[in-house]
Amino acid sequence: MSTMQVKELVAAGRSRRDAGLWQRTMQSPGRGKDSPLKRALIHLILIVSSIVVVYPVIRVFSTALRPGDQMLSTSLAIIPEGATLDAFHRVLFESSFPNWVFNSLVVAMGTASVGVLLAASAAYAFSRHSFRGRGVGLTSLFATQMIPGVMLIVPIFVLFVILGIVGSTRGLVLAYAVTAVPFSAWILKGYFDTVPIDLEEAARIDGCSELQSFYKVLIPLSVPALAIVFLFNFLAAWGEFFYANLIIGTNRALQTWPVGLVAFQGRYQTEWSTLSAAAIFVSVPIVILFIWISKYLVSGLTLGGVKG
Amino acid sequence: MFDFEAALTALTDVGLTLLVLAIAVVLIEAVLYLVLVRWRKSRMALPFMLLAPGIIAILVLYGYPLLYEFNLSFTKMNIRNFVEPGLLGLTWEGTILEGTPLAAEEDIFVGLQNYIDVFTMPVLRQTSVYQLFLQTIIWTVVNVFFHVLLGIGLALLLNRKMRGRTFYRALLILPWAIPVVASLQIWRTEFNYEFGAVNQLLGLIGLGPVPWMSDPFWNFVAMILTNIWLGVPFMMVITLGGLQAISSEYYEAAEIDGATARQSFSKITLPLLRPVLIPAILLGTFLTFNNINVPFFINAQQLETSDILVSGVYRAGIQYTRFGFGAAFAFVVFGILLLFTIWYVRQTKVLKGAYAS
Repeated sequence: MSTMQVKELVAAGRSRRDAGLWQRTMQSPGRGKDSPLKRALIHLILIVSSIVVVYPVIRVFSTALRPGDQMLSTSLAIIPEGATLDAFHRVLFESSFPNWVFNSLVVAMGTASVGVLLAASAAYAFSRHSFRGRGVGLTSLFATQMIPGVMLIVPIFVLFVILGIVGSTRGLVLAYAVTAVPFSAWILKGYFDTVPIDLEEAARIDGCSELQSFYKVLIPLSVPALAIVFLFNFLAAWGEFFYANLIIGTNRALQTWPVGLVAFQGRYQTEWSTLSAAAIFVSVPIVILFIWISKYLVSGLTLGGVKG
Repeated sequence: MFDFEAALTALTDVGLTLLVLAIAVVLIEAVLYLVLVRWRKSRMALPFMLLAPGIIAILVLYGYPLLYEFNLSFTKMNIRNFVEPGLLGLTWEGTILEGTPLAAEEDIFVGLQNYIDVFTMPVLRQTSVYQLFLQTIIWTVVNVFFHVLLGIGLALLLNRKMRGRTFYRALLILPWAIPVVASLQIWRTEFNYEFGAVNQLLGLIGLGPVPWMSDPFWNFVAMILTNIWLGVPFMMVITLGGLQAISSEYYEAAEIDGATARQSFSKITLPLLRPVLIPAILLGTFLTFNNINVPFFINAQQLETSDILVSGVYRAGIQYTRFGFGAAFAFVVFGILLLFTIWYVRQTKVLKGAYAS
């Protein structure tokens, strides 16, 4: 089958999706007109909620700008007196912080790639085939979400000692990717279920193998869910503390940022500005990524049997 | 300063892991190909080949640790009594804690003693499992209740034609987007008695100051407030997805039939949200029940009274280094959540939709 035909099929699927035939992604919300009073009330509630959400974030910025002699200040001013970028400078040039961020980035990228690959292929099997053990498999995937992460810390540590991969980031990718697979597979299976199978069947009739119909047709049509799963896996690895704390060990330059940041807290009891500056550095890129992907967030996160 | 050498080490370490994984996957697939395609000529070859890497990874990193933990729960392993419990005959004595006296395998197994101790002795220094259980119930119920209530409320407000809709949505998902270790460290400083923003804001309206960090009750309240802040966006986004999946035709039809706004909410919106909300609430319960980050970081491992079950498991097993007892405790906690889940799944048939292909 020619690439042209596959492209046409995928395009046809996309336009059907966008028309709301199988995923109501572009569904325009709400109906009718609200009275001006009601509209004002809605805006008021949303503004108050936004302030509750944003105020702590603004405080972090203002704490990061505080000069050293005003750390313990009771001022609520947003721009502190004698504001300075010292804390940002300290974080970037006087600590291992850049290394921590780099390590976390590498681990998170590795985790997200492995997690998405494993989850997508498993989800395909669960969504498109019925076989003995399928029900048990799905239940087990869900059941893993019940297992408290702390329960596995000691045994996984032991396993990594046996495999000889403690004291580095080597094992982390493995631990993170696998713990993320069940939830990712569950989300992806839910999304694949909503993609009409006739598109893949058309590709098969035109000469695609089943595997080709999976990665040439279904995968491109599932970009929203794949993006979400990638983001979730990335975030899970990016911000994880407990496994990293135990597995990486004491070499400071090899640690990930959550471990380093917690050590910050211990080392500089009162250096809130350093902590805040570091928190800003690790949060801003993720927040941008999140908001960028947020158009997929609503449509890609299919829980339960939502069919269009 | 940036340590290039360390960065390179991290990069090669992760690269190495990926390489090993890739080789493992190729080997697994080759074996399966020979067995399923060449030998058995199975029609189900593709799905099994796609499932295999994930299933094997899960078995290795969930299955083995769970078995190991189960074995561990019958021992009195701790930092002074250290021995490999002998599962699969793998030994790693002396590799982890040099100079620790190793106990003989015979004296380390204590049978069900750990499980009995969980219910009859304080699981932490002073705190009993019953207190932790009660606190976990309060913690989970209060959090999930507010997550769902506020999440649905905000989603309903956002799901209408209005100016600034995407802007509000972007702001309101912030607590979800900020890495939780970072936001918890920040919240902790803001709950500081003298200098934190929370007490200062309360002072402006003539309240407080509240001893958020030192008083057990207020520390627990601080944990709950923080976790409500953290958890609402997830519920909001899930609900928003559910709301957008409801066809506007239903509402139009209801309007023609003269239904009031309240009627169309209770007769259309709520029933059609159910398939989304039921699993979301279960997932939210798992996440809240198993949330170790908030108790661990807000409380900074100081007050035992602010623990919930899972952070108690961490404290008992890892901080107090009672590995064997911690394992037994972990299985008890897991059992509690399992019983709840079975009940919930029976009541709501939450998993039914997933099995239909």
